[in-house]
Amino acid sequence: MSDQTTNSVAYVAETMLPELPPPARETGVIKWLRQNLFSNFANSILTLVSLWAIYVLLSNTLPWILNGVWTTSSLNECREVLDNKVGACFSVLTERWHQLLYGFKYPIDAYWRPNFALVLLLVAAAPVLFFDLPRKMLAFTAVYPFIAFWLIWGGTIMTPIVAFIGFAAGAAIFQIYGKKSFAIGFFGAIGAALVVWIVGGALIPEGASDSAWLSAVPSRDLGGFMLNLMLGVTCVSLSLPLGIALALGRQSDMPLIKWICVVFIEFVRGVPLITLLFVASVMLSYFFPPESTVDLFLRVVIMITMFSSAYIAEVIRGGLAALPKGQYEAADSLGLDYPQAMRLIILPQALKISIPGIVNVAVGLFKDTTLVSVISMFDLVGMIRGPVLASTEWNGVYWELLGFAAVLFFVVCYGISQYSQWLERRLATDHR
Amino acid sequence: MNNSVFFGALTVAGLAAGAAAAGTLDDVKARDKLNCGVTTGLVGFAAPNANGEWEGFDVAVCRAVAAAVLGDSTKVEFVPTTGKTRFTALASGEIDMLARNTTWTFSRDVDLKFEFVGVNYYDGQGFMVPKELGVSSAKELDGATVCIQTGTTTELNLADFFRSNNISYEPVPIETNAEAQQQYLAGACDVFTTDASGLAATRATFDDPTVHVVLPEIVSKEPLGPLVRHGDNEWGDVVRWTLNALIAAEELGVTSANLTEMTSGTNNPEVNRLLGTEGTLGEMLGLEADWAVNALSVGGNYGEIFAKNIGEDTPIGLARGLNAQWTDGGLLYTPPFR
Repeated sequence: MSDQTTNSVAYVAETMLPELPPPARETGVIKWLRQNLFSNFANSILTLVSLWAIYVLLSNTLPWILNGVWTTSSLNECREVLDNKVGACFSVLTERWHQLLYGFKYPIDAYWRPNFALVLLLVAAAPVLFFDLPRKMLAFTAVYPFIAFWLIWGGTIMTPIVAFIGFAAGAAIFQIYGKKSFAIGFFGAIGAALVVWIVGGALIPEGASDSAWLSAVPSRDLGGFMLNLMLGVTCVSLSLPLGIALALGRQSDMPLIKWICVVFIEFVRGVPLITLLFVASVMLSYFFPPESTVDLFLRVVIMITMFSSAYIAEVIRGGLAALPKGQYEAADSLGLDYPQAMRLIILPQALKISIPGIVNVAVGLFKDTTLVSVISMFDLVGMIRGPVLASTEWNGVYWELLGFAAVLFFVVCYGISQYSQWLERRLATDHR
Repeated sequence: MNNSVFFGALTVAGLAAGAAAAGTLDDVKARDKLNCGVTTGLVGFAAPNANGEWEGFDVAVCRAVAAAVLGDSTKVEFVPTTGKTRFTALASGEIDMLARNTTWTFSRDVDLKFEFVGVNYYDGQGFMVPKELGVSSAKELDGATVCIQTGTTTELNLADFFRSNNISYEPVPIETNAEAQQQYLAGACDVFTTDASGLAATRATFDDPTVHVVLPEIVSKEPLGPLVRHGDNEWGDVVRWTLNALIAAEELGVTSANLTEMTSGTNNPEVNRLLGTEGTLGEMLGLEADWAVNALSVGGNYGEIFAKNIGEDTPIGLARGLNAQWTDGGLLYTPPFR
């Protein structure tokens, strides 16, 4: 065999050729560039244009940022230091950062209180957001609103305790009687809570807040990014359950409930948020007598919650509509009653479908909290537009302040967005 | 968010029915705090400083009233209001007085049921142009593009001025003052118009103020002053005469420097009546005899307040102009204290 081969073939390689490196254009950075940036003529042009745009952007902003002045005490001093060179005046941030974050009236020695409340918020939100965590942590989540209220507003600890006992009493009544009849449990719970609040409220001695360990801070003194975060967190967490209830109510067979929900949703969605805020700040002070109005923060929370719950209701209705009718029938055929069917079969699927929409509303809502600046609440934007820009030292500093606001909002909104994408991946069990 | 939230509106309505019946002066004394409406921020007139304390020309009026009524200039709750919320805040009783660079007009006084107690700043609409334009009078502005805030009286004044002078212009409508500054600096318009005090404050923030000029024409009357609700004349008198006391003190030469000395008695009977060492003016107002001394000890007389907040030594650098005493050719003229 071998002889034959040697004779009939002129040349046979008996050893492997040494491996050559792949051609330069098919490897490493060059390959990546060719594939991704210069794959054809049009793409090459676009790449060059983009590079030019990036260069122009950076060559204008980088000197501005790197030359930034951080230590002066007014815009004019900034200009003297810069001496006609391009540069940002970040001194406004170093001097006023606490006002931008906490508002200008929150007592400086009490800044640890909202900070601590924020840390606790992460702990409280964790079991809700990441369901791999032990369920026992939810107990802390239930107590958290009252702790946060006490930390931020201060005053006597009795107020949040009475409020909490009221809720606990209502929940207990509902647990006991709600099994027999939903209506008895529901209204019994509301009644029990009201009794606790009225009796407990009367028991709190007058002026208890004056001598409290944490000095009382009125709502008017809250401000800055803290106010945006508080409004955003409160309103999103309140409007989610409300939105679910409205969405279910809109699909209800009971005409009264259905029409109440339809009218509420359509009315609130048909009105701009800024109108609702004006109603909260201006109109309501006519309805309530002076000196005893419901707190402005609470009024704003109610209005924003109403607004976003109407939107969330429609998002969830979309999720409910996407479920095939078979799912409802399957629940019925298993003999599940309405709450069970909703809790075990319908809502888990409908909510999963609605996640992108809900997150969309949540992000939008968080940014909409800056609208409260038009009703003279000093949120982050209100602080910038009002007190900081109206001070003789800093009048005329725009990019630095608004850029700072943009960075803060971007961090939070991007975080929410990343969480929702993780959640979608985590819940993706079908259609694979 | 106190207990009243839990009690609900019913209890609350009963509580307040009693409070509303008494006069504002008694309310303020009972509360031991003056609720004073100010702007959310206007350079020189009202803005919180780095320590969160309110400062400014309008703020000084609030502090003087608080000192006159309560004897302590720190007993003021400053309620920030926007141009849209200011009148409802006053009408609903949320604030006792409004000192928010508000123009005294017929309809606000009569139709909106407020009482302007006086004028603490005589303003008027002016024009600012870049120097390189070579314009020396607003009447040479034919065909100019003008940056103007929408929905303000300045917009209407502008139209009136150009029509009555038979010259044309092109408005560039703009929402806020900050935006207007940016547009003007970017060259989107040749002329920027707003109240003269605002023009001066804006010009002071420019990188190089010397290349912009404020034209001499003032095309409107904008008397700015504090106001209270109609129908409570006692309270209106307190605010009016506190403002008058500040103005009269300057005319009479009472300053924060010589206040203590003057309080021990002078040869001028009007000074003595003002400072309460003679006569019963304080009692007539329902205040202590030394009410004016308290008001003046906060920031001095009108001239001192002006110089400290918006005067020529501040970055805003406003001249007294119309706001000089009548003896110096200005419009400040307070009725006599007797």
